[in-house]
Amino acid sequence: MSQKINIICVTGTREKLQMAAMIASVAAATGDEVSVFLSMNAIPYFVKGHTEDAPVEGELGALMAKEKGVPSFKVLFQQAVELGDAKLLPCSMAMDIMKVTHDDFDAEIGPATGLTRFLSDAEGGQMLTF
Amino acid sequence: MSDTKIVDARDTFCPGPLMELITHMKQSSVGDTLELLSTDEGSGADVPEWVNKVGHEILSNEKINGVWHIKIRKAK
Repeated sequence: MSQKINIICVTGTREKLQMAAMIASVAAATGDEVSVFLSMNAIPYFVKGHTEDAPVEGELGALMAKEKGVPSFKVLFQQAVELGDAKLLPCSMAMDIMKVTHDDFDAEIGPATGLTRFLSDAEGGQMLTF
Repeated sequence: MSDTKIVDARDTFCPGPLMELITHMKQSSVGDTLELLSTDEGSGADVPEWVNKVGHEILSNEKINGVWHIKIRKAK
């Protein structure tokens, strides 16, 4: 039986983005309905041309950064969309503050979404925040 | 009867091997057999969990010289 999994990404660190992306990709590819709301310090990584690596928080993040075989969170989020129809939804408030439009984001990013709409669609599902 | 397609995901970490397998499963036809090679320790338990949940078939699952060899038949 599939579940509805809602993920809120607000922290721009490697470990948190990685964990969110791992859950999104595996859940979506297993048939769960996955929505990821991107806001605050997590959202700049999805603007086209953003090349800066997310800073690590601690020891495991540093180890992960050294290992070549760790799939990047960007690739995992893309796979969540391509293999499991996950939705990656940029926060409209954050977009206003950053002065960006939908066209400024990577191709896998969905439409600008307000918090009210996200919470309404999230009703009845699990909510995970990173 | 089709040949076994090898999905070599050695030296990648979770969930890399599973996502590699799923990518190749999507491109395969019903009845095809795929063999995933993984050095990720969790694959031996996690990959069969995914295969069973989505309704494909595990044909074999063994660790040889530190590498998981997991054979799957696409069932739908």
